[in-house]
Amino acid sequence: MLDILHDYGIMLLIGQYPQGPLGGLALTVIMALLALIASFPLAVLIGLARTSTIAPVRNIAMGYTYVVRAIPLLLLIFWTYFAVPLITGYNISGFITMIVALVVYEGAYLGEVVRAGINAVPKGQVEAARAMGMSYWQCMRKIVLPQALFNMLPSILNQFIMITKNTSLAYLIGTQEVTFAAYQINNQLLTQPFQVYALLAGFYFVLCFSLSRLAKWLEHTIDRKRLGAPRINVASVEANQVLAGQPK
Amino acid sequence: MSIFNGFGSLLQGDYLHSFLAGAGVTLQLFFISAILAFVLACLLMGIRLIPGRVGDFVVALFVEYHRNVPSLVQLFVWYFGVPQLLPIAAQDWVNAQGGEIIFAIIALTLNSAAYVSEDLRSGFRSLPNGQTEAARALGINYVQTLRKVLIPQAVRASAPSLVNQALGLFKTTALAMAIGTAEMMYITRQIEGETYMTFQTFAVASLFYLIGSWTIMIAGAAWQRRIELRMAR
Repeated sequence: MLDILHDYGIMLLIGQYPQGPLGGLALTVIMALLALIASFPLAVLIGLARTSTIAPVRNIAMGYTYVVRAIPLLLLIFWTYFAVPLITGYNISGFITMIVALVVYEGAYLGEVVRAGINAVPKGQVEAARAMGMSYWQCMRKIVLPQALFNMLPSILNQFIMITKNTSLAYLIGTQEVTFAAYQINNQLLTQPFQVYALLAGFYFVLCFSLSRLAKWLEHTIDRKRLGAPRINVASVEANQVLAGQPK
Repeated sequence: MSIFNGFGSLLQGDYLHSFLAGAGVTLQLFFISAILAFVLACLLMGIRLIPGRVGDFVVALFVEYHRNVPSLVQLFVWYFGVPQLLPIAAQDWVNAQGGEIIFAIIALTLNSAAYVSEDLRSGFRSLPNGQTEAARALGINYVQTLRKVLIPQAVRASAPSLVNQALGLFKTTALAMAIGTAEMMYITRQIEGETYMTFQTFAVASLFYLIGSWTIMIAGAAWQRRIELRMAR
């Protein structure tokens, strides 16, 4: 296994780069980061809509969340691969397909994170802000969202781990990330599939395990920082349940 | 519009037959893995509750592996990797039995068991102390204590997460197509390739998953309500 790591470790890390396109674990991380950043505005919008006082807005956002939650990500990816060229008129690469599918998908899950964060901000803050004459948007932008998002940093990081693991599905539509690299290496070696795939699992493990430790540490730090401030987290229980129901 | 035509031809004869077969395999993967995962998770929780570092460490490693490696990669390790470690006779036997289903069930079971055991453990931690001691004082042995006292309560306490694990497992079965298991997603791709009716085939698959997931959610909510009513009494 060490000789495979020695011979093909670089390929797992960065793919064919610099001779060919960037791939491997680097592409996995880039894809996950882009998906997180791109899905963030949608997630905030869904989170706001789900906590809105306007019933139709709330219901549309809820419908969206319930539909996305019920469908495997893989099917969503195939839908994207089919629908985006039809709608935009451009053929898109597996890379872009994956990002678009993840944005649609994370709109629901990351949206729940944002919703939990908004619900966990004490009601008095909103009331105080509104009493001071702030509009809804001002209140959200200046008072609620900054606090909510800060408190939600560990959850966002956990969601990033989920995205990272989910990018492995990009292999199925031919994107040359780390799972694809392992597949190619396996095709070259032919006789050691166990070692190759165990190595691939190890790469993911090191990345995701360190990130999850970081999330734990962050949670601990933020909890300590908030100690003394009133904590209302009951509201986020339901959202946490939604998050638990995603395929791993 | 043309995309709304063609459902008729998809939902009859051979194609309908394939869809039903795929749905059957998906449900088979789901139910078998769910039951096995629950049993294994109870065992894992039992091991973790026994004082002692070795068992605790092994289970923790098992859980962390399944949490931090994508399910797809776990499937690949089992389907492509593990047969290499088996003797030739065992490899032949597995292949004759339909290796892609067996390995899919193994991978899904282990993955789900890791998450469920963690849920049960946190459900267990929310229970009042002294349950084990009381049961032992009554002369019930450890396995019986686990089966009759701890697990039923832990299950009730962690009901919401268990429902969500079931939902997650149901959707994860779709990944089994990557190792050639002829479940719903695989059949969908196959029929799409044959008919080029992408919209219609995907719509049929989406409907199947929507109905399945929503059934799990609704049944889960009903179950939780029953537990709450029982608690309130």
